Amino acid sequence: MIGLLAHNALLVSLFTVALGAVITPIAIRSGRRDWLQLTYGAVYTNFLLVSIATVSMVVALVTHDFSVSYVAAVGSRSTPLLFTIISLWGALEGSILFWAWVLALYAAAVVWIHHRRPGNLVPYAAMTLLAVAAFFAVLLAGPANPFLPVSPVPADGPGPNTLLQNHILMAVHPPLLYLGYVGMSVPLAFAVGAILSNEAASNDWAILSRRWMLASWGFLSAAIIAGMWWSYEVLGWGGYWAWDPVENASFLPWLTATAYLHSVMVQERRNMLRLWTLNLCVATFVLTILGTFLTRSGILSSVHAFTTGTIGYYFLAFIAIVLVATLVLVAGNSDRIRTRGNLGGAASRETVFLLNNLFLTAVMLTVLVGTLYPLVAEAMRGVKVSVGEPFFNRMAVPAMVALIFLMGVGPALPWGSTTWANARQRLLPPTIGAVVLGAIAVIAGARSVYAILAFAFVGYAAMANLREYWIGMRARHRAHGEGWPTALARLIGGNRRRYGGYVAHIGALLVALGITASSTFRTEREATLLPGETLTVAGHTVRLKNVWGREEPQRSVIGATLDVLGKDGAVIGTVQPRMNYYRVSDQPVPTPDVRSSPRGDLYVNLTAFESNGANATVKVIVEPLVPWIWFGGMVIVLGAVIGLFHRGRRTAAPSTIAVAAPEPEPALAGTDS
Amino acid sequence: MNWKRAIVAMFAAVPLIALFAYGFTRDPRDIPSPLPGHDAPAFALAVFAPGEPPFTRPVGDTIRLRDLAGKVTVVNFWASWCLACRDEHVTLSETARQYAGRPTQFVGVLYNDRPAAGLRWIADMGGQSYPSVADDRSRTAIDFGLFGVPETFIIDPTGRIAYKHIGPISASVLRHWIDSLVPIPAAGDTVRQPSVR
Repeated sequence: MIGLLAHNALLVSLFTVALGAVITPIAIRSGRRDWLQLTYGAVYTNFLLVSIATVSMVVALVTHDFSVSYVAAVGSRSTPLLFTIISLWGALEGSILFWAWVLALYAAAVVWIHHRRPGNLVPYAAMTLLAVAAFFAVLLAGPANPFLPVSPVPADGPGPNTLLQNHILMAVHPPLLYLGYVGMSVPLAFAVGAILSNEAASNDWAILSRRWMLASWGFLSAAIIAGMWWSYEVLGWGGYWAWDPVENASFLPWLTATAYLHSVMVQERRNMLRLWTLNLCVATFVLTILGTFLTRSGILSSVHAFTTGTIGYYFLAFIAIVLVATLVLVAGNSDRIRTRGNLGGAASRETVFLLNNLFLTAVMLTVLVGTLYPLVAEAMRGVKVSVGEPFFNRMAVPAMVALIFLMGVGPALPWGSTTWANARQRLLPPTIGAVVLGAIAVIAGARSVYAILAFAFVGYAAMANLREYWIGMRARHRAHGEGWPTALARLIGGNRRRYGGYVAHIGALLVALGITASSTFRTEREATLLPGETLTVAGHTVRLKNVWGREEPQRSVIGATLDVLGKDGAVIGTVQPRMNYYRVSDQPVPTPDVRSSPRGDLYVNLTAFESNGANATVKVIVEPLVPWIWFGGMVIVLGAVIGLFHRGRRTAAPSTIAVAAPEPEPALAGTDS
Repeated sequence: MNWKRAIVAMFAAVPLIALFAYGFTRDPRDIPSPLPGHDAPAFALAVFAPGEPPFTRPVGDTIRLRDLAGKVTVVNFWASWCLACRDEHVTLSETARQYAGRPTQFVGVLYNDRPAAGLRWIADMGGQSYPSVADDRSRTAIDFGLFGVPETFIIDPTGRIAYKHIGPISASVLRHWIDSLVPIPAAGDTVRQPSVR
């Protein structure tokens, strides 16, 4: 019953979004602006209808209504409630439904916030979002319909994919990813709206879309980090990134979105890079669709790939339409969008931003080529190849190391131009930071050039970004006699975008530090232990206590309990790595146990066991500074949040945008020079 | 709108779309094996599980692939920790018995496991009709390009790999391949027992 209701809601939603998208240009061209209420009404109605369908699905999952096809495919009476709810995005049809809902939510939010803005930009942006929504509505009405009736109704189902019901992070990573991915449709919608409404030659659209991009970027950053964390906690190999095609698919739009967030500042300040920024906007969206296509079409083999039927062809058609439409729109109007600004001096912040964009784009293209190369090789030469870590590490890591360096140079240099002497003075503290951290790395035993450089540049950039805070706080302290905490709060409050950006930098540096340290100084050993035997890895000792088994409703669990011994041999803790055998799968899901401290992780995974409990084979990995990756991810998100709550000084009066005059540096921050 | 530039840009999308369209004609999970159609890699492995009459081989005896020339050899890689191996176990044992008296030989190869664990597993599963050998340091598994267990290779009487099966094998697939490779005894031929050395 609930399936029928939801199915009808989706069919009406398809009709609504199609009508709303078609009516918009007619309304604008014919001058009947009151018809635009239909566009906006379609956006709200679609949100209502898709919400009904999504809530219906959750209700069907929770009540184990196996007459609904999706519930019959992923539900099970023995699955715990939380995992039953999150299986909403655990398989193809549900994830498309969830996607459509997030898109409907964004579209409604965009219209709600911006509908009073005069001009045709917002109507055209709403039309673009409705067109994207129409694609997902078509999927839900046809090849990915999750509400097909099942007859006869089964008594129970197989339960969700075992990898998805093994860890709580699966409740976090996919929604964040969807919020990030889908949110990038909004800047695209503003870009398309700007072109169609002839407003692309101003900077207004970029200022409108900037905050949406920042929010999506924050979500996507959090999603990528949460995905790394999940992989680390569940897959049992002690790593967090494998350059899997779908990991790459989430990384590609992140790179262009990061480039956009920097280039849009140059566009605002110097009235430059307008076409480039628009291209980044479009590229980011196309890459999110490409990522979805790679994950959901079954074209590349990956842990994330869902089994698929005809849906791939729909995606192929959609990506073709998106590519052709965006290329035609941007290339056809490029003359009008282009700007002819000029750079300040060579040693200026905009130069660094240009380099930052260059390197981010280079990393993006490298990763894109590596991801698609297997397909190209098979098409051209008929051979199966796989492009693995060595390619990406060799090709992408140098540019990423350079990006860490630029994170230190950019904040240290002023807009416009500066003298070399001034630049040298500003760059001295970062250089000290680089020498110190680089030296620590060498003493600790790092020998790879890129590892040492990465450590040094992290020190460099950390000093540069912290120095910005220090200078600002000192100036406030001296000028207003503010206490240091007040000075910090007011400093950030006074220019949230700028200082939020520096917070995000610090977060990115912590991530870089954690990745570099854990990949450089990782030690691992595997051994078969009898109860009472010990294994020592890099100063950490574990002693096998026993091997045990436990039956749970949806799985059987085999675990080993190991004591963690301190330097004096006393027990300082226990770890319990497990293997979970789910009813639906032959493959056990490893469940390593991780003992974290700020210094690093002791990662213990059970790789084999004697069925009578006589012994257990464990892999013990010592990975320094790994927790800093997860903490750094949270700091990045904090930076994005600070930037989001920036008061929109300029958005209030779009017609009076200062076009060429660069905004002066906030006075307080400049008092040191 | 500069239509000339727009059309040029549009054509830039064509190769990418063509590439994706081509991608749909391929199955990324289809991992090609260079082996079928080629000679099976030679092996000489020690028996750790003797099997049951009439297939019994003494423990410690060496089974060499070249000694099996003239027979259809079924090489099954398995392990005691492999759940899918449980599904196919009875099928393999039974099929081996059904083909006793025909020129066939089943050999189990223990993969990444200790023989003691393997023996206990066989006892738990109610026996294994044919002998199993231990693959020290997985040499033979590597030679055969093993992707995981279970995998089954069917080798024709000339020593050429006729078929590779990934995952639990079914009786019908086994019979199909063995029947297509075993010379059907003509009327009047003496059906010999498999040689037991």
